[in-house]
This record gives sequence, C-alpha cells and structure tokens, in this order.
Amino acid sequence: MKAFITRAGFLATVQDLGRIGLRDQGVAVSGALDPFALRVANALVGNDQHAAGLELTVGHLALNVEDERIVAWCGGDFDVRIDDAPLPPGHAALLSATQQLTATAPQPSSRAWIAISGGIDVPPVLGSRSTDLRAAFGGHSGRALRDGDVLPLGELSSLAHAIWHNLAAARVSAWAAQPHWTQAATRPPFLAIVRGPDWNDFPTRAHDALVHEPFTVSPDSNRMGARLRGPRLEATDRRERVSEAVTPGTLQVPPDGHPILLLNDCQTIGGYPKIAHVISVDLCVAALLRAGDIVRFHEVALAQAQASLRVREEEFAMFRVGIELRAR
Amino acid sequence: MQIVPLGDAAIVVRVLDDFKHDPARAIDAVLHVRAQLCAAAIDGIADIAPAYTTVALFFDPARAGDTEALVAKIRSALAVVRRAVTIRPRTIEVPVCYDAEFASDLAEVATHARLSPAEVVRLHSRAKYLVSCLGFSPGFPYLSGLPREIATPRRSTPRTRVPAGAVAIGGRQTGIYPHESPGGWNIVGRTPLRLFDPGQAQPALLQAGDNVRFRSITREEFIAQRG
Repeated sequence: MKAFITRAGFLATVQDLGRIGLRDQGVAVSGALDPFALRVANALVGNDQHAAGLELTVGHLALNVEDERIVAWCGGDFDVRIDDAPLPPGHAALLSATQQLTATAPQPSSRAWIAISGGIDVPPVLGSRSTDLRAAFGGHSGRALRDGDVLPLGELSSLAHAIWHNLAAARVSAWAAQPHWTQAATRPPFLAIVRGPDWNDFPTRAHDALVHEPFTVSPDSNRMGARLRGPRLEATDRRERVSEAVTPGTLQVPPDGHPILLLNDCQTIGGYPKIAHVISVDLCVAALLRAGDIVRFHEVALAQAQASLRVREEEFAMFRVGIELRAR
Repeated sequence: MQIVPLGDAAIVVRVLDDFKHDPARAIDAVLHVRAQLCAAAIDGIADIAPAYTTVALFFDPARAGDTEALVAKIRSALAVVRRAVTIRPRTIEVPVCYDAEFASDLAEVATHARLSPAEVVRLHSRAKYLVSCLGFSPGFPYLSGLPREIATPRRSTPRTRVPAGAVAIGGRQTGIYPHESPGGWNIVGRTPLRLFDPGQAQPALLQAGDNVRFRSITREEFIAQRG
C-alpha cells in the first residue's frame, strides 16, 4: 500500500530516529531533528517508535493514502487538515483513501513531523530509513520529496489495528498527547546548555554573553546547524585544534565568533572550539528555530540535564501504556 | 588521559594532545583505546568513534546512566591491560589519474611549491599515507603523510562543487571526496574507486589506521576502471 505526495512543499523528507553506530565511517546521524516529536506521533498511530515518518519544513504538503490509515503529527505552528477539518497536533485521526491531508505553515522555516500507521516503508539503508541529504542516500532515493512521489507504507501493527477500530466512529481521537510534547513551538526559545569541552578556552565575558545576551537565528541555517548572530564569542586560545567529535546540540564557535548550533545532519567531527551543548530534552525547541527567531541560553548542571531526560522517558513509557490500555 | 563530557549524551576520551609529529603512533594509541572500550561492552553505549587523537562514546542517558558513572566505567575499561595485539594495518592502493582535466588545482599547488606539476605528482604518488580519521562526509579519509614540499593551504574560497573521487590537498593532509560536494581543498587528481558504498555493512572503503598508496594511472585506465 502506498502514500501519494500530491504536493511536497519546500523541504519534506523521510526520517526515522537516525543512523546510529556509523560515526567511525563518517556517517551523520540524520533522522528527525526532533526525534521525540516523531516518537510521540508514532506512538499515537500505533507504530514502533523506530518507524519512519515525514519531516516537513515550512509546509504546503498534500498527501493521499491508498487505503485508510491513522495519522498524527507534532511540531511547529502548522495548520494540518483532513479535507477541511483541522487536525490538532497530538491527536490520532483516520485518513481515508478519498480524503486528503494538507499541512501549511503560516510562518517560514518551522518544522513538523507526521506519522502514518504502518510507517513509511522505504528500504532501510545502513540500518535506518532516514534521508542523508548531503551524501544522497536513504529515505526516498536519498533526496527531499517532490510533487508526485509515491511512498510505500508498511503493515499495520496489532496495536494500530486496535486504535483504528477505536477511531471508526469518531474519526479523530478525543485523547491527545501532552501539549508541551506536541507543541514545542509554544515554548519560548530558551535553551538549557551544559558546558562544552572547550568552555575554558573562552574568557568570562564570552561565558557571560552566552548566558545573558540574546542571539538571532540567521537565514543560512539548515538541517546541519542553526547559525546564530549576536555578541561575538572569541576564544582566548586561538591555536588550531585537532578535529574531534561533534554531535547534534554542540555549540561550536568558528573564528568569526558567531556560534553554530549543530543539528542532526552535522558532520561527525569538527575543529572549532565547542563552548557548550544544548541538552537533549531541549533539542525539540532547537529543531523548530526559524530564521529571525531570538534564542537565549541558560546553564544547567549535567546531572540535571540527564535527570530531566529520564523523567521525560518515564512519562513517555506511561503514555504508551495509556494508548495500549485505551485501544484494547 | 583526559575524559570530557560532550553534552549530556556523549563523552570524549582525549588519548593524546597531537598526532602531527607521529601520526602512526597516534592512530595506534587511539585504536588501542577504542579496542579497550569496545571490549568492555559498557551497557547503553550506542556508538564508539575514533578521530585523530580522541575516541568518542555516544549513549542514551536514559539507559546508560549519568556521565559520572559512565566515566568511572570508562576509566576501569582503560585500566584493563589488554594483551598487545599486533594490529597489522592494511595497505590499500588507490589508483589516481593526475591528468589536467581531473586536476583543476595542480598548477596552483605546483606554483605554491615552486615545483613542476610532474614533480608534484611524483611526490604525491610516491608517499606512504595513513588514514588518521574519517569525517567531513561519509567515507572521507583524512590522510597523514603528505610530503612537506607539497603542503598547500586550503583555497580561500571553497568550490561549490567538487566531483566524487577528487583527490585533494588541504594543508599538511590529503584526502578523497567520496561524494560530489562543496570543498575547499586543492584538487590534484581523481580516483575511479568508489570510496563509500551504503550497500555494504562497512560502507567506507578506507578505515582509520589503514595505510594508503596512490598509483598514477592514465586517463584510459581511469575510464576503464570507472566502468
């Protein structure tokens, strides 16, 4: 069974939770920029959390399905509809073969993630269905979707069947995921950071600027990273560094002093000093940054960052149990 | 050995300060640490990747526990003295066509080195190289061992399009672009070999620690080998 992309919009890609375990081959993580949003959407439609979905940038997507499917979405400030009926984020809904799902974004450069029951069943490459746009492999032919693309859909899980029966009358679920999971866009872009390996190579005034001054997201940002404009963060130690690992969330500072917040398509290594890292639970906010957005940083302890991630994982486990109980 | 957190989901083990004065010893030490960490099979570690002088570990904090606890596990893994395994590095020969049509920056490299293009090719293809790291793009090898005479700074304006297979010089290193991509290194030739094949379980042709030799081939050989 298939999904038909009538209109692909600006940048829509097939993504799952990324390609893990191949950094020694120079392979980027790729995957949904907000993996948690995709996991929530997958849970809502009864998919395994590793199922592939769609990542939209800006929007103007229109799609149809060959057979009736459950759909759900999370992410930025999008207007998603099934025919004319609005579908709020974090709800599961049935999309019949005669209906059309559309997603439009009133503001540029925000992102959203759509899950379809059964998942997008493109062949996995190196253990993942994510699109590696730079090296042009994975996802749908290693590229962004185009108008007229046809995507294979997988088989429904038994949980998806149960949810499908449950929604037969109402069509849209009354229940929903927690709003702060599905609408990270409503959170102010105030990102928690921990100190990076090269924090001490920066002077106190750079530390102060990083946590007290606002930064503006520059238009030349993409899935590799968000370039930030604001006070220049100049390292005291300007020696050339041996390249070492970088990862999504790394705040690296090139010689021009303007930090780059790395995202999932970033290279595996880099030679610029790493002043700080955005913590994992706040990457959902980083994934929604648009050109022109004002972003601020505040420092938290490493143990606190990891504790908040564990709390979220526990809540997510409960959420999945809740979906199972409601469906069966 | 310095062990530093890289955000809340990764840790970097800094094995040495520098690799340039002895790249072979550096990669040996780094790969030894990687072997120790892999052998320890620490629960929750999703990826272990070497780079020049470091080994990075990536983990899921919800499964692997706090950084502090992980650092302790890493330290005890590194304290285990492993029987010295002589790692016999592979030597891989990479055919390169240095003809002008594939070597858009050979003249500039020659001018910078105050040598003839033929002399640059001779030096480049005679040296013995070592893969110090993979990165920049999937399968891109950073090769140490470039003769000092032909070291050339990166181009001030990177090219927007470097073809797949381009062999290039960037500072004291040489490398091969596996994919068509933007790039700032000086292109001196092209290989018909495929450097990265996503259909293989180990997709990169060259691995960290491999020895590499370039063999100069004619345009006809290049076309025949590219298939």
